[in-house]
Amino acid sequence: MAILKVDNLSKNFGKVKAVQEVSFEATEGRVLSLLGPSGCGKTTTLRCIAGFENPDRGEIYLDDRKITPTPPEKRGIGMVFQNYALWPHMTVYGNLAFGLQIRKVPKDEITKKIKKILGMVQLEGYENRYPRQMSGGQQQRIAMARALVFEPEIMLLDEPLSNLDAKLREEMRFEFTELQKKLGITAVYVTHDQAEALVISDKIVILDQGKIVQSGTPKEIYSNPKNKFVAGFIAVTSFIDGKIDSFTEGKKKVMVKTDEGLVIHSFNHSFDIGQKVSVAMRMSVIKFIQDQNKSDKSTANIFKGKIIQSSYLGNTIDYKIRMGKWEIRTNAEAKYDFKLGEEVTFHLPPEDIIVTRES
Amino acid sequence: MNKKGVFEDIIMKKSIFKKTIEIVIFVVFLFFLFTPLFSTIIWSVALVWYWPHTLPQKVGFDYWLQALGITKSLTLGAVNVVPAFLLSLGIAMIVVIITMAIAIPAGYALAKLKIPALLKGMILILFLLPRAFPQQPVFVNLMLMFNKIGLTGTVSGVILVHLVVGLVFAVWITASTFSSIPPELEEAARSVGASRLKAFLKVTLPLSAPGLVASAVFVFLTSMDEFTGTFFVGLPFVTTLPMTLYSASGSNIQFASVTAILLLIPSIIFMIVIQKFLKAEHLGGMGG
Repeated sequence: MAILKVDNLSKNFGKVKAVQEVSFEATEGRVLSLLGPSGCGKTTTLRCIAGFENPDRGEIYLDDRKITPTPPEKRGIGMVFQNYALWPHMTVYGNLAFGLQIRKVPKDEITKKIKKILGMVQLEGYENRYPRQMSGGQQQRIAMARALVFEPEIMLLDEPLSNLDAKLREEMRFEFTELQKKLGITAVYVTHDQAEALVISDKIVILDQGKIVQSGTPKEIYSNPKNKFVAGFIAVTSFIDGKIDSFTEGKKKVMVKTDEGLVIHSFNHSFDIGQKVSVAMRMSVIKFIQDQNKSDKSTANIFKGKIIQSSYLGNTIDYKIRMGKWEIRTNAEAKYDFKLGEEVTFHLPPEDIIVTRES
Repeated sequence: MNKKGVFEDIIMKKSIFKKTIEIVIFVVFLFFLFTPLFSTIIWSVALVWYWPHTLPQKVGFDYWLQALGITKSLTLGAVNVVPAFLLSLGIAMIVVIITMAIAIPAGYALAKLKIPALLKGMILILFLLPRAFPQQPVFVNLMLMFNKIGLTGTVSGVILVHLVVGLVFAVWITASTFSSIPPELEEAARSVGASRLKAFLKVTLPLSAPGLVASAVFVFLTSMDEFTGTFFVGLPFVTTLPMTLYSASGSNIQFASVTAILLLIPSIIFMIVIQKFLKAEHLGGMGG
């Protein structure tokens, strides 16, 4: 088990700056996720760690050993590929044994190790199957087993679950976490799926256009996205742009004013007066008020809007509400059955909305 | 008749119609494929065959025995083709070995290494170039060049000519075979500790075996059948089987037929080999 340190990594492909000055540290025995949209440089970073790409600048350390010019086969890093990359002409046994045979492990020990790892990924007795005889989920587990069986110091995973269907993907997240905890292996996990990253990671590094935008624990990133991009990536669906207008309750709270004069109250995350910000809202933060009189006396953050789109989802309904020039998406209980074009009144609880930097 | 019955009837009629068409196409296919072959086989055993008889009046294996060197008659106008056959076979095998020894690394480099697209295109066109012009002028010029360095009329000269022809196909086929293998398979091998060479030998090579065998068979058959180049560079000292066939074809149909069938035998054997390997490719299909 080891600490992985990426120091000031940069990689260009021709004129494309794939990775720019990326630095992070993966703690021993923990999962670090590289999260970002496609083309953000996360896979290139991973491939530099694995040794399949040579970085233009920067170093990578495993514990205190510099591994940057070392060829991939000498790095002792296990890797799980997006399309599994199992060798189709070898059985499960052959796939798992390959790395051990290269290390000249005696045959009976290889058999023992394979048996043990297959038990861990819950595929006992699959030694003689060929990859094509197994389902996607089973192939995925074999791919993980192959990356672990030779006991590497760290493990890299490149969107390992993206080829599975939604239900299996959720199951596999938990299985991966369990396996990783059991082995206590350090893992770097690349994904574009924020839900996946939140579930499996101890630390998330968010990348955009080759640069790190924010890094932190899942909780930190979810509750306090640094800017509009991060918020948009972490399940925020609606934004209202404005400026910090004033502080209340001794700088604990802020008032954000939009160009049209809407005033939104929220909590302060150390902004300055006049700073351009964006009020970020997740699905289902909106509280509809059907009877004006029933609501509490305060009128702060109560707005009116028009339903411009609705999608019925069974137990809930997705609405798109137009409020001035802004569009807000929300997910409401099915009892709130509004018609298109209907005017609605709603409350934005200050504690549930997030004020972020515009960029 | 109820509605369902009518539908079934239509479907039945349709399938009979479809079957009939399939059978007709099949028969036409067989006709085109096998009529010349049958005619050749019949000619190879026809001793006397004059118009208007549908089949030969006199049948015998005289030409076969003569061609295989078992009898040595001076009246039949057929010579022993066994030396020519063995020469063709030998040349073809050497050509296959040399071609593949060049085509596998060349194809691999073109498919897997980071070569600029322009350079890659130029290399592939370079290999295609000898085939891009009419063959006779190319080989006439080659003959003139070979004359200067004393390669005309030698087996080495003929092998070189066959290499020029065979390499075109071999490099293109091996390059496309290698590029059809996902790069992650080799990367996965390297991540578990295999060197570049080991990853190639244990992963890429076995997976590309079907394509490589197909390309080797293709080169073999091209060399066995090669005529134009051998004609200019090899004759009169190097007489391969197609040369024998050519000199017999004008005057002696029986002998030409025997030679043609002898030329066909390796082709048929190798087609069977190809079939087997193409099935293996099917089995080795990428999972996912």
